[in-house]
Amino acid sequence: MKETDIIQVQELKNTTIENLYKAETKKVNLFYKDFQALKNIDFAVKPNTVTALIGPSGCGKSTFLRLFNRMNDLIDGVKISGEVILDGKNIYEKNIIVDELRKSVGMVFQKPNPFPKSIFENVAYGLRVNGENNKNRLEEIVEKSLIQAALWDEVKDKLKKSAYELSGGQQQRLCIARALAIEPSLILMDEPASALDPISTAKIEELIYDLKNKYTIIIVTHNMQQAGRVSDYTAFFYLGELIEFDKTKTMFINPINVKTQNYITGRFG
Amino acid sequence: MMPFINKRVKQKAAFSFFSLISVMVVAILFIILGFIIVRGASVINWEFLTAMPDEGMTKGGILPAIVGTLCLVAGSMIFAFPVGVLSAIYLNEYLKENWLKKFMRSMTNNLAGIPSIVFGLFGMALFVNKLKFGDSILAGSLTLGLLALPVIIRTTEEALKSVPDHLRIGSYALGATKLQTIRRVVLPIAAPNITTGLILSISRVSGETAPILFTVAAYFIPKLPHSIFDQAMALPYHLYVLTTSGTNIKESMPMAYGTAFVLIMLVLLANLLANTFRHYFSKKNKMN
Repeated sequence: MKETDIIQVQELKNTTIENLYKAETKKVNLFYKDFQALKNIDFAVKPNTVTALIGPSGCGKSTFLRLFNRMNDLIDGVKISGEVILDGKNIYEKNIIVDELRKSVGMVFQKPNPFPKSIFENVAYGLRVNGENNKNRLEEIVEKSLIQAALWDEVKDKLKKSAYELSGGQQQRLCIARALAIEPSLILMDEPASALDPISTAKIEELIYDLKNKYTIIIVTHNMQQAGRVSDYTAFFYLGELIEFDKTKTMFINPINVKTQNYITGRFG
Repeated sequence: MMPFINKRVKQKAAFSFFSLISVMVVAILFIILGFIIVRGASVINWEFLTAMPDEGMTKGGILPAIVGTLCLVAGSMIFAFPVGVLSAIYLNEYLKENWLKKFMRSMTNNLAGIPSIVFGLFGMALFVNKLKFGDSILAGSLTLGLLALPVIIRTTEEALKSVPDHLRIGSYALGATKLQTIRRVVLPIAAPNITTGLILSISRVSGETAPILFTVAAYFIPKLPHSIFDQAMALPYHLYVLTTSGTNIKESMPMAYGTAFVLIMLVLLANLLANTFRHYFSKKNKMN
C-alpha cells in the first residue's frame, strides 16, 4: 500500500468512527441465575451527550449501566447474551482484557468510595495501577483531573491529607476526578448525587454539564428533575425492558408510552 | 408508675450483675499476674537472665530457655505467618462461595480445635522421624507453626472481610487487577487486624509445652543452640521441668516462678510491640 493510500484509509476510518455511536447495545439479555434482569435491549448513545437512565427500583437500569465496563462480571451467576459495543468493538468478545477495558470507562458510584489514602493518591491510583510512576506526570494529571472535577481550589493545599477529611460532596467530586484521571472516553454514573445534600448535588450537576464537552456520559438517576436538568437523552426502563428512549425534552413533554407518562408524572415508582 | 419503676430496678440490677462479673474476670487476671510477680520478681536479676542453669538448675540463670523460646517463636512465625496470610487471601479473595470454600473453612476451624499434644505427636512422626530433622528447633518451629496456622488464617480472613466491598469495586473500575486491588487497597486496610492475629498466635506459641515436648525441648543443655538442627530448652518446658522433675524441686521452685515471670513478660512485650505496629498502621491508613 502506498503512503497516500494509508492516509486515505485512515481518514475513512476517522469519518466512520465519527458517525458511529460511542456506545451501543444490540439485543442484550442478562440473567441472574434464573431471573432475567435485562430483556432484549437495543440502545445507542452518541459521543459528547449525556444520557439519563430512569425507572423504578429494580428495573435493571444499574445493571444495564454496569454492562459497559463489565462490572456485572464480578457477580456470581450472571449470564449475558447479545452485543455491547464500545467505539465499534464488542466488549464481551473473548479477546477483550477486562481491566484494559475498564481503563477506558470511568465509573462513579452511588456512595462516594474514596480509598483510605491521601487526596493525591486517590486521584493517582488509576494511573499507578496502569503503570504510570513518573512523579511529574502524575502531579500534572492529578492537578488537571481535580480542576476538571471542580475540586482543585478546595484541596490544592492539602493534597497529602486523607480523603476521609473531605465532606461527602467533596469526596464524590474526588471520585469523579479519580475516574477522569485515567482519561476515559465514557463515564458511567450510578446515582452519583443521591447520597448528597442539595448544594453538593447542584455542584455535581454543573460538573456533569461541563464534562459533556469532553466525555460521553451515561447516568442512572432516581430524580426526574435531575434527569431533566442534566441529560440530552433519556431512557426509561421498566421490569428489565427499555420502554422508551428519546431526547429528554421530547420524552418529558410528550411521552409515547403510558408507563413512561405515569412514571415521569410521578404516578408510580 | 409501678411497672416503670420496676423496669428501672431490673435494669439497674442487670447492669450491676454484668459489671460484677466483668470485674471478677479482670480480678482473676490481676491475681494470677500478681501471684507470679510477687513470687517471681525476687529471683529476677541480671544473672538469672544471662547465665546458664547451675547446680541442678537450682542456681544460675535461664538464658538457654529464653533464647530457645525466642528461636521457636521466630521460627514458627516465619513459617506460619506467610502461609496463613496467603491461604486466608486465597480463601477470602479468590475462592467463590461454594462447597470447597465451606469445606476448607470448616477444616481450618477443626484444625484449631485439635489438642496441642496431638500436634506434638504429629510433629514428632513427620518432622522428627519421617523427615529426619531429629529433635530440633526446625521440627519444633514447624510443629508450633502448624498450631498457629488456624489462628492466623481465621483472624486474617476476618480482617479481609471487614474491608468494605465498595472499595474493591472502586479499584476494579479504575482498571486495577485483582492482585493490584489486594495489594494496594485491601491489605493496607486489613493490616492492623492481621497484626492482631499475629499477636494472638505469638502469645499462644510462646506458651505451648505439649507440641515441643517430643520435637525440640531439652531437659537441660547448658549452651545456646548453634543451628536450627540443635535441640533447645524452652521457657514453658523449663517451667514444667523445674516444678515436676528437677533434681531438687524445693530448691528450684523460686527459679520456676522466675521463669514464669519471664515468660509472661515476653508475651506482654510481644503484645506491646505488635500493638505499636498496629497503631502505626492504622494511623498511616487514615492520614495517608
